[in-house]
Amino acid sequence: MTNIPETGRTSRITIRLVVIQILVFSLLLTLGGRLWYLQIRQGDEFAAEAAGNHVQQAVRPAVRGAILDARGVPMADNETRLVVTADRTELSRLPDDGEAVLVRVAELLGLEVEAVANQVRLCDAETPQPCWNGSPYQPIPITDEATTQQALQIRERAEEFPGISAEPTAVRRYSAPDGANTAQVLGYLSPVTDEEVADSEDTDNPLLRSDQIGRSGLERQYDSYLRGQAGVTRYEVDKFGRVLGESESETAQAGANLVTTIDSRVQAVVERELVQAMEMARTQHDDISGRNYEADSGSAIVLENGTGRVVAMASAPDYDPNVWVGGISNDDYTRLTAEDGGNPLLNRAIQGQGPPGSTFKVITSTAAVNAGYDFEGSYECGSSYDVGGQTFRNFESQAYGSISLGRAIEVSCNTVFYGIAHREWQREGGLEPVDDPDDWLFRTAHDFGLGTPTGVDLPNEAAGRIPDRQWKQEYWEANEENWCEIADSDRQDYVARIARENCTEGMKMRAGDMLNFSIGQGDVLVTPLQLASVYAALGNGGTLYQPQVGRAVIAADGTVVEEFEPRSSGELPASDQTIEDLRTATAGVITRGSADWKFGGWPQNDIVLHGKTGTAEASGDQQTTSWLATYTDDYTVVMTIAQAGTGSGASGDAVRRIWEAIYGVQGSSVNEDVALLAEPNRDLPEIDENGTIVPDRDEPREDGGEGDADQGTTPEEGQDPDQGNGYEPGFDPDAIITPDGVGNVSETATGDPAGGGVPGDTGERTGRREDQDD
Amino acid sequence: MSVHTLTVRQPARRGSAWRRLAHRDSVARRLDWLLLFAGLALSVLGIALIWSATRNRTGITGGDPNYFLIRQSINLAVGLTLAVGIIWLGHQRLRAAVFVFYALSLGVVLLVFTPLGTEINGQRAWLSIGGYTIQPGEFVKVAAILVMATVLADAVDAGDREFPGRRAVLQALGFVAVPLAVVLMDDMGTAMVISITVLGMLLASGASLKWTIGLVLAATVGAVLVWVLGVLDEYQINRFAAFANPALDPSGVGYNTNQARIAIGGGGMFGSGLGEGTQTTGQFVPEQHTDFIFTVAGEELGFVGAGGIILLIGVVLWRALRIARESTDLYSTVIAAGVVAWFAFQCFENIGMALGIMPVAGVPLPFLSYGGTSMFAVWIAIGLLQSIRMKRPLSA
Repeated sequence: MTNIPETGRTSRITIRLVVIQILVFSLLLTLGGRLWYLQIRQGDEFAAEAAGNHVQQAVRPAVRGAILDARGVPMADNETRLVVTADRTELSRLPDDGEAVLVRVAELLGLEVEAVANQVRLCDAETPQPCWNGSPYQPIPITDEATTQQALQIRERAEEFPGISAEPTAVRRYSAPDGANTAQVLGYLSPVTDEEVADSEDTDNPLLRSDQIGRSGLERQYDSYLRGQAGVTRYEVDKFGRVLGESESETAQAGANLVTTIDSRVQAVVERELVQAMEMARTQHDDISGRNYEADSGSAIVLENGTGRVVAMASAPDYDPNVWVGGISNDDYTRLTAEDGGNPLLNRAIQGQGPPGSTFKVITSTAAVNAGYDFEGSYECGSSYDVGGQTFRNFESQAYGSISLGRAIEVSCNTVFYGIAHREWQREGGLEPVDDPDDWLFRTAHDFGLGTPTGVDLPNEAAGRIPDRQWKQEYWEANEENWCEIADSDRQDYVARIARENCTEGMKMRAGDMLNFSIGQGDVLVTPLQLASVYAALGNGGTLYQPQVGRAVIAADGTVVEEFEPRSSGELPASDQTIEDLRTATAGVITRGSADWKFGGWPQNDIVLHGKTGTAEASGDQQTTSWLATYTDDYTVVMTIAQAGTGSGASGDAVRRIWEAIYGVQGSSVNEDVALLAEPNRDLPEIDENGTIVPDRDEPREDGGEGDADQGTTPEEGQDPDQGNGYEPGFDPDAIITPDGVGNVSETATGDPAGGGVPGDTGERTGRREDQDD
Repeated sequence: MSVHTLTVRQPARRGSAWRRLAHRDSVARRLDWLLLFAGLALSVLGIALIWSATRNRTGITGGDPNYFLIRQSINLAVGLTLAVGIIWLGHQRLRAAVFVFYALSLGVVLLVFTPLGTEINGQRAWLSIGGYTIQPGEFVKVAAILVMATVLADAVDAGDREFPGRRAVLQALGFVAVPLAVVLMDDMGTAMVISITVLGMLLASGASLKWTIGLVLAATVGAVLVWVLGVLDEYQINRFAAFANPALDPSGVGYNTNQARIAIGGGGMFGSGLGEGTQTTGQFVPEQHTDFIFTVAGEELGFVGAGGIILLIGVVLWRALRIARESTDLYSTVIAAGVVAWFAFQCFENIGMALGIMPVAGVPLPFLSYGGTSMFAVWIAIGLLQSIRMKRPLSA
């Protein structure tokens, strides 16, 4: 190869050619090396990137799990609606981008052409709502209220409606069993945001653009259980989004069902009674403000004492949670969030905070006993109490002479507790407190679980507030600047005087603060649920439970995923004797105290009822807040209504009727046959061999005992049109919706295995659907 | 391999066609078959890859998936005919007409600036004549090679000098400078290829090394000046920016290179199979049938196929270098060396940009990229090499 030809070719040129050859082959080697590096060394990364490039997903949403009451009756489930959707991919293949098809669809459905066109256009920066902000590969819903006729026409004239389909689809439904709305506890769903999709990308169950997630209440708290896993079909597409082929598909996995502790029958009674009590209060004249009571909001809770389970939780005003289904309309949203709309989205049982008024006195009494005061001692109940030039009055300035703490609770005598609080305050050094004071009142309040959230399994619970020395100091530090600024001004009004005092003294615990605190007034705040859990602890003998609404999570196939056991959050800071004394005193409230006028004739011998009234003064020109906390050995019922007057006056009748419903009290006798829940529910609802939760709908119950599992399906059940639209855990759109979109609704309703649906011919199905719709 | 050195020409005797072909002095025996087959293999492979890249692109094929397949096949046929024509003419005979050829190509280049010129991708490097677009820069490469070889080798082949002197070198450079300057204004890729080709020829001619070194230095200084003075168009700066940082704006400037690398990287060892590449069928890589044809090979034929293309190019270059070394006169050597420099650099630039180791420049991949002008120029070059290989005497 290296021989130099006999052509007189000089070695110089040959050498240079060899140099060129070396250069050339180094270049080629470089290319080969780089090619090896890209394709073999890093090949997998690029392959993944290439896959991401050209794969688009179409999502078949998972059926969301149902939320059931303690007996298995669905409160939130899914119903099958005929949803008409447009497939943009198919529409875009038409010469006019599907415009003519959309016009025909709008005509058929009786909708505005423009509205339909707007609904299926894709959202971008320039496109105003309404528009579709989900994946363009996802069928876009046009309506979920199509009639059977309309759906049939779309199917039968498929050639006129390319890209349009009408299929029975599972849609969330809040069925309000027995009339129990339970709106704020159940919560609601709304579509995910882009940020949420991005945030969930690396989790086990990433969100999809089409997903709805729980925004409040149980829907939010248990979202990860309820949501299930969407089925995804991946399509290969080209740069322009045209589908080249289907690459893989996963079937959807239905979400698990949540069994709650709520009894929808009791819930219904509680909601009804709360509303009625509020309506009644509005007819009553308030002598203090000179106008009728506003009674603008309220809440009521039924707790199970031995477990902390929430049997009922109502908050008024409320709303129909179904307004959220299929996207909330602008009008509805404005109404729900309007400033003068009473904020119905708020769950006042856990988010409403206010001074508890006299219901707080069981805590003050416990603190007094712990501080060394004798429960049976003798305390002066005068008509007023003077401290530092201020006069603190009893309710309607009544005086009872020398009485025990028990009697002070019964008649709700403020001055007894003023005296104790004042003495304690002096003992701790007054305005110049001793180091490390005992602070029995504050300490006991904390130990009753106040000032911290109860830990109920609902989102955004409020903590309440115990205005102890530390809080006063922090509050002063936060407001000092503001106060002192006003103090330095020339103003001479009331605000300026208060500010001047607060500017220099605001961090100090004054006698008046202590006095107010002792009767649950002033800066102390509690939520209704906190108060209920305090009284439930008195009812069970002294154990505080973390209230809970979730009872168990049951997978779609019927297996119990998780059962939430009662969780104690500590013991009351009271001896057994003190608890017994408080129980006696609170029973006295019902029989011979501040609530006796509302509980005359109550079968106290059969069902010992305890209670405490409260009438809390609110700030400004607001009328007093009414509180009524009552309990038996098994349950606690707390009702509070803002701007409604006294505890017994506003809520007495309503609370009594709740108790009557629970225990089946008729007049002065007890008829267990009509009792809704004579004893707390101990068992999970029955789950049949198909994994279907069998609702125990028989009412009234023959016995409140353990044997409810054999009650099973009653004859009426199969005919109940409210049932069976898919709360069964086995509900699976793939099973129910057969390839030609058959919704085998009747079969599912009777609890047959979800997959057992036999598609009939279209006419037969239509008949069924119509039955269903009726 | 000494058989290649036998050069005695004997008149072909009458006889059967087979005997004529088999005669030791026949065209068939003297052709470099390996070179021919490597070139043909690359061209046919190119047609298959072009078909795969374009069959879905209804926007440019007008609905006929075979549109580009047919066009490129015609281009190859014309290219082969041109090669045969060059062989029939013989490279030595071209020596006489080289200046005519040079003048013609110069004229064609200048036509770009008349209304016949067309701008594509920010480059005014195309001529549009009767629905056909041609790239005159491709012909300039051939013309530059021929005119430089003629001027450099004149005195040497006449036996007056051992190596080209200063005069010859300056003359040669002067001849290429004119079209180079014109091309440089708008088609940097081609200008770079011509510059490297010139360097290769100077080196191979045996001219003093100071010329080569001086030119490299001048080019470097020139490049720096161009950069500093901001003579470059925005698209050219963007290409360099995307090369320096491929992560830059993946949907904009860096899109080309990024998608190209995804396509090649996704191919793996054996590729997805012809017509099966998702990047290719999905049309994610722009200019995939022309400048980025290598990405189709990378994705659909994998390391085996794409490496095979590099290997085949290696075969072509190896044969061409061999022809350069074994030629009897400097004219032939310089032509062959010029073709080697041209092919080598253009392949390196084209494949290098697809692999992300060279900045993007609009040069086609010899043999494989779609485009008539490129195909013709490449096969004219192959014709020249074969002609040199057959050592047709001047008087033939």
